[in-house]
Amino acid sequence: MNRQSLKLSMEIARVHLVSKPKQTIVAMLGVTFGIGMFIALVSLMTGLNNFTEELTMTASPDIHIYQEETSSRKSILEEINPDGLNLVYHQKPKNETTKIRNAREIARLINLDARVLGTSPLVSSQVFYNYGPVQLNGTILGVDILDEDKLFDLRSKMKAGRLEDLLSNHNGLIMGKGLAKKLNVALGDRVVVTTPLGTTITLKILGIFQIGIGVVDNVRSYANISTVQTILQKDQSYITDINVKLKDRNLAPLVASELQSKFIYKSEDWQAANATYLTGSMIRNIITYAVSFTLLIVAGFGIYNILNMTIYNKMKDIAILKAMGFAGVDVKNIFMIQSLVIGFLGGIAGLVIGYGLSFLISKAPFNGGDIISLDHFPVNFDPMYYVVGIVFGVSTTAVAGYMPSRKASKVDPIEILRGQ
Amino acid sequence: MEPILTTKGVNKFFYEPEKFQVLKSIDLTVNKGEFLSLVGKSGCGKSTLMYVLSTMDTDYEGELQIAGQRLTGKSQNELAAFRNAHIGFVFQFHYLLPEFSVLQNVMIPALKLNRYSRKEIEERAMTKLKMLGIDEHARKASSKLSGGQQQRVAIARALINDPDIIMGDEPTGNLDSYNTQLVFDIFSELTHTYKQTIIAVTHDDEFANKSDHRVEMSDGRIVKS
Repeated sequence: MNRQSLKLSMEIARVHLVSKPKQTIVAMLGVTFGIGMFIALVSLMTGLNNFTEELTMTASPDIHIYQEETSSRKSILEEINPDGLNLVYHQKPKNETTKIRNAREIARLINLDARVLGTSPLVSSQVFYNYGPVQLNGTILGVDILDEDKLFDLRSKMKAGRLEDLLSNHNGLIMGKGLAKKLNVALGDRVVVTTPLGTTITLKILGIFQIGIGVVDNVRSYANISTVQTILQKDQSYITDINVKLKDRNLAPLVASELQSKFIYKSEDWQAANATYLTGSMIRNIITYAVSFTLLIVAGFGIYNILNMTIYNKMKDIAILKAMGFAGVDVKNIFMIQSLVIGFLGGIAGLVIGYGLSFLISKAPFNGGDIISLDHFPVNFDPMYYVVGIVFGVSTTAVAGYMPSRKASKVDPIEILRGQ
Repeated sequence: MEPILTTKGVNKFFYEPEKFQVLKSIDLTVNKGEFLSLVGKSGCGKSTLMYVLSTMDTDYEGELQIAGQRLTGKSQNELAAFRNAHIGFVFQFHYLLPEFSVLQNVMIPALKLNRYSRKEIEERAMTKLKMLGIDEHARKASSKLSGGQQQRVAIARALINDPDIIMGDEPTGNLDSYNTQLVFDIFSELTHTYKQTIIAVTHDDEFANKSDHRVEMSDGRIVKS
């Protein structure tokens, strides 16, 4: 096929499109609507997904190492007599502390791994925060606040006070914003904490943080490791958890299983810890793509219909063009070009509308309530989705246009020309 | 006399609703510069023969040769290119493309052939329109012209690539007597002045009698030549 023929086909296609502007615009609007909605939906959905993923990540470490009290183990009988016929009925765990033995040494060894960005050993405990006669359930984490900052970027989450103040004050506390609100306390106030052992201790609030998730902000406080060890009446080697942050978060399941086999203690990766969130995110993505593709396929049927009708109306023109020496491929090109132009221009308009809708959504006020701190919808403006949109839009119209165009190229001119 | 079109033993069958031989061993020779008319009763096969000669119908037995080229057995694309360069068509209806101007309609086959530049093609199209006396309508939409004018535009379009043969299927079938006379005069002038070969299917006896060579068909055979 030479260039001149293609140029001529393009010229005829252009005249066809321009001479029926209403029909052309209706066909384009189908594509525009489909792609516009695709962009708006994808932007909002991925925006929400990214936002919640980031929140989840700030609240859970890549790998969490702890002593699993209820882990099932072989009975002593089974260990010494592995081949015998043993029956041990309802074995109970033995009275062990939840302490990780040699925790600082384990943390030091993990830090040597090139894939690890940092570790933070900590002591966690359930406590009651006293508010007059009311006791609020919560947790207290004894941490090296600078290590913890390296893992979770606490510094940027501080709403009041400074992290460093905790280092110099043994009886200090950095409290979640939701919890502080419930206790009606502010920076510099004191709060009485009851430990699981029944002892009470008065701690001063040195800072207030907000991660953005209710389940953390409403229950958690940070203190020094030694403070928590003291209120639990434990020695200095008492560590209950080690949090690990990796350079590449996606390696977590692999590294976690390595750590578990190396140090025996339960190592949980963030994917396992947040399985519900990941499933939800996947389902949202599936729904988004299903809805968008349906819209585009409907637009494709619209184009198919319109081109079919055009070709039916232009039978005589097709016949005379073929009589005058247009090959089947020239006729096919005339109609393929029309559908591609409709797809491309409609698609570009769709991208513009999609961007506009996304922009409006990103400005719409939305109150996340106590669960997550959010005042606007998070919207993702990743250009990748715009590329996907236009590519899918143009390919749908190409497929929709191909069938009628091929039919046009197969028209037998004799049937039309002598039929009258 | 130099033959421009020859057929040897052309047979053609229709299979619907039942097998029926519509053309029976047609041997036809058309000389260069000849104005030939094909006549016969309805159903005698004259239109069918013309579509075989036009190369659009390839479902036949026998052999077809035009301008020294054997066309039997060529692919559809080769035949399309051949028609573009060597054959001009005039049908009962004008079949002009309604969205295009008169001038553009005449230019399209030449643009497809791509032998001359666009500017030259436009000049040549204007020359053909002037020859047929419709050059003042060149810029109008083709649908705005009268029936006789439209048929003259169709003739100009058939002439644009200087074809070896012009084929007409009832070229005056849809025209009043004034325009029929006009088209006939144009055809005679083309053959006598420009040595243009013309093959026209017609049932208009007056038209056929005035042509150079009258070929009469009956029941799929040439009965009088």
